[in-house]
This record gives sequence, structure tokens and C-alpha cells, in this order.
Amino acid sequence: MTPTAPAKWGLRGLAFGYLGLLLLAPVGMIFYKTFEHGLGPPVDAMTSPEALHAIQLTLLMVAVAVPLNTIFGVGCALLLVRRRWWGNSIVDGIINLPFAVSPIVVGLSLYLLYGNTGWFGPTMAEWGIQVLFSWPGMVLASIFVSLPFVVRETVPVLQEIGTEQEQAASTLGANGWQTFWRITLPAIRWGVAYGVVLTVARVLGEFGAVTIVSGSISGETETMPLFVAKAFEQFQEEAAYAGAIVLALLALTTLLLMSVGGRKAKASSGGSLPAAELAVSTSNTKEGS
Amino acid sequence: MGIAVEGAFKRFGDFQALDDVSIDVPDGSLTALLGPSGSGKSTLLRAIAGLEDLDAGQVVINGQDATTTPAQKREVGFVFQHYAAFKHMTVFGNVAFGLKIRKWKRPEISDRVHELLRLVQLDGLAERYPDQLSGGQRQRMALARALAVEPQVLLLDEPFGALDAKVRKDLRTWLRRLHDEMHVTTIFVTHDQEEAMDVAEQLVVMNEGRVEQSGTAGDLYEHPANEFVMSFVGEVNRLGDHFVRPHDMDVVLDPDERTEEALVQRIVALGFEIRVEFTLGDGTEVWAQLTRPELQKLELREGQIVYLRPGQTKSFSSGEAVSAAA
Repeated sequence: MTPTAPAKWGLRGLAFGYLGLLLLAPVGMIFYKTFEHGLGPPVDAMTSPEALHAIQLTLLMVAVAVPLNTIFGVGCALLLVRRRWWGNSIVDGIINLPFAVSPIVVGLSLYLLYGNTGWFGPTMAEWGIQVLFSWPGMVLASIFVSLPFVVRETVPVLQEIGTEQEQAASTLGANGWQTFWRITLPAIRWGVAYGVVLTVARVLGEFGAVTIVSGSISGETETMPLFVAKAFEQFQEEAAYAGAIVLALLALTTLLLMSVGGRKAKASSGGSLPAAELAVSTSNTKEGS
Repeated sequence: MGIAVEGAFKRFGDFQALDDVSIDVPDGSLTALLGPSGSGKSTLLRAIAGLEDLDAGQVVINGQDATTTPAQKREVGFVFQHYAAFKHMTVFGNVAFGLKIRKWKRPEISDRVHELLRLVQLDGLAERYPDQLSGGQRQRMALARALAVEPQVLLLDEPFGALDAKVRKDLRTWLRRLHDEMHVTTIFVTHDQEEAMDVAEQLVVMNEGRVEQSGTAGDLYEHPANEFVMSFVGEVNRLGDHFVRPHDMDVVLDPDERTEEALVQRIVALGFEIRVEFTLGDGTEVWAQLTRPELQKLELREGQIVYLRPGQTKSFSSGEAVSAAA
């Protein structure tokens, strides 16, 4: 059934209206407010020592949590899809936990675990490692809340590609490691990349869990979202808006890097975006040779 | 030499995929594993390749016990029904894969790959990606990839199963010729008896995880060991305990002591071959394969009463074949 012309335009209008009202308008408003009085005020707000420290700390969270969750995520997806064992459904359920639990609760549980009276707190203190109100605790919180993304994005792609390419590689003499790097990883790279983008976005924006474990000390344990919240509470609107823009730009940069990297990968290896891949494989398979 | 499997067992959950299977494939031969789906033929092939572990039994490749050798070290070429093309690599990259793993030098890889691409008639397409090839071309690429590493044996799992009829026919003629040139011990799995008889020197008929019979196409057709083989390698009519091929059904207009009355239900013209369907007095439905001249001579029409004289019939009692010539 093809919709009539008015219905088609109506649907499009509805989609754009919905997106515009709920997504574009708030984000656009932030941009407008930030640059309302020119570039000067936001640049000043973002070059203060506290702001620079917050940016650095946010990037540190990303630099530690994202690689760890990527390696874990791909490994875990391989385990879930390629090895059938009794623990599969349990692992699968546990991985979804960060989606189900509110970040505040995550923060509280870390607080309980690593606090002075918690299970790990005293031991860690003996070793001279301060977890709470310091970056190790914040990294733990970031890892926790962003853990499922790479797994969730990689599992369906792994299921989709099946095992035949890997089996073909093994009959051609490749060992497990060679098969993973040369066959499996290139085949699932778009799933992994999408998972990485989501992980980065989640870590950049994490607020609830990090608030609890960091104590939000200006210039010490304040990431960008905490900085924005504090600035807003203290009526420093310029700093709040500028901080929000920095976060948005960081996320956008990740997306751009991914699609540029993807295009390069495509040029050198012929892969394509999942959607394009689907279109090619359905339209380009003519018989007769 | 060649390939031998001894007493192979394999179970998947409740399903007995291989139930005491032994086969012997002579060195340099081209053998077909023939059977319906679920007969265990693919499982057997995958066990030979090392892609499936046997519960019990032994796989011997060129005199060496390979039962516990991983796929990676068995030096078998394996071709999958759905090609298993490495989608992110060009045709060249696909064929070169095994050579790169073996750390060949770049110029040597290039020479070898182009030699193979010429052999499979894909030489102009080296820089294409699998997505840009037809099914037949992809399967030839997969074959070149498997042959590149000079495997001791070549295993093909329903290699033409995903291709259309015309391409299928071309490819099997071509595989036959390729084998005549290369002489690598080859086993291929198929459920298509015509394909198996066309391509292979030796057939192994499998059913429900067991080998029913092995031999040449002629052996199996003329001397089937049991009812299953008889009906699987050709068409068959059942008359009580006796089996008769449709081309051994004589249609006559006058009865005698060896004929049976039959009603012509339907006459189907399939070109030179004519298929005539009958109902016997006891309700049994049978059919006869006639030629066009035979049909014209008899002047058959639907609804007519005629007489059937079964020629060579077979009956199988407790697994033994009994032939009876009329």
C-alpha cells in the first residue's frame, strides 16, 4: 500500500516536527544562548582552570573507560555468540544491568563498596589507593554505566555474519588469533564502531554515578557534566551553556572520526555501512557466469 | 592413501547424525556423498575437514591419522554451499588468504593467485569484491581460494546448491574437467542424484546417519542394495513387494498371464519423454516412462483401459536384493 501524497507529506511533517520540537529546539537554544554575546564570554568561561581541568578529566574518563569496555565488549560478545555454555543467559542478563539500574544507584553501590566501611574500601586504603572522591572511582562508575553498549551492538552483527567465514579461514590454515584479526574483526567493525560511539557519548555525559563517587570537587574531581550542573546552580549561565557546547562538540567529533575512519576503511577494504551492505547484497547478485 | 573414515559416530542432542559410518575414498578420485537432508552427509564431510569433532571413530587422510588434528593443520580445501566469501577482501585477497597465512612472499603470492584465477576463469575480476560477483563466480572464487594452498584433499559441501539450474550444470561439467586436470582427492556432498552421477566416479549413498551403499553410478542403479537406494538413485514404482523402474513398465493393449489391468489417468508430455500415470485395480498408482514414438504407436488416451507388464523387478527381503527378469 502506498500512502497518498498528502498523507506522505503529513507523515514527513510529523517526523520533522517531532524531532525539531524535542531535539533540535533545545540544542539550538543552547547554541544561541552560548554565542548570544559573541565568542568572547564562552571562550573565557572555558579557559578558566576549573573548566580546563573538567575537560581534561572528562577526556581521561573516555580514554580509560572506552578502550576497556571495547575490549571487554568484543570478547564478551564472542563468548556469548560463539560459545554455547550454561552461563550464557546469566552473563547476558548481568550485562544489561547498567541499563536497568539508575546511575545514582550505581554511584551509591560503589560508595558502599569502596567507602571507609565498605568491603573493598579499607583494603584499598591500606594499599594507598583512594577510590572515592578521586579519579579511580569515577573511572569505575563510567565503566559500569557504559558497559553494555559494545556488547549489545556487536552480538547481533556476530550472529548475522555466522561462522562459515571463520571456518573457511581455519581450513586455510589460520589460527584463532589470525582468524579474529583478519576475518572476524573486519566483519563486525561497524557494530563495534557504533558501540564505541555510544560508549563515548555515555561516558562523556555521565552525571549521576560520577556525582556520588566524585564528591564533585571543583578543579579536582569535576567532569564536564558536573561542571555544567554546578555552574547552572550558581547562576553562571555562560559557563553552563559553554560547557554544554563543549560536551556536544566532543560527542560530534567522535561521530565524525568514526565516519571518516569508516570511509577510509571502505576505500581500502571495500566494506560499507551496514545499510549500504544490505542494499548491495540484495541488488547486486546476478546469476549467470 | 586417499581418505578413510572408520566407525564414525556423531550425535547432536537427540539427533544421531552419524551412526557407525565407514567410507574409503581412493587417492585422486572424485567421490560424491549422496543423501537426503539430515542423512549425515554434511556432518561426515565436516568431520573429515576437522570442522566437527567425532564422538567416536577415526579419520585417516593420506595414511595419517587426522582424528585429533585441528582443521587448521589438516591441509584440506573446503568449499561451502554459501561460498563463505571474505566480504571485506577483494577476489585477489580471498584467494591469497591461505598463502599470506603461510607467509609466502608477495610476488609469489601474486603469481599463484593469478594462475588460479585463470584456472577458474576469473582473471579479470581480481580487484572486485564478492558483493560484485554472481553466485557462480563467487563459488569459483571460493574454489580457487581452497585450491591455492595445494590441499591434500578437496571437500565441497553442496557446492552448487545455491545456484540456479543453468549455472549449476555448467559448473559441474567444469568441476569434472578441473578434477581431471588436478587429480586432487575430492569429496563432494549433494542431495541431487543426477548431479552425483554426472560428476562423481564413486557414490556413497547415505541415509539416517548410515552408509546404505557405495559404488559406481551404474552399480547403484543396476544393483541397488535396498529399497532406499533403489528409490533414491532413480524413479521407482512399487507393486506389492516388488519394485520396478518406470522405464521397465511395458504398456500393452492385449492382456496375458503376466499383465495387470490399468486405467490411464494422465499423460504428461515432457519432450521426448512421456510420463503416463495409471491406477491399478487395487487402487495402486504407478507410472510408466515412454518415448514419444511408443506413445504414438499405442495411441493412448486418458481414461483408457490398458495392460501393464512389469519388466525387470526387484524385491528386497531382509536387506538382500532379489532380481527377477520377466
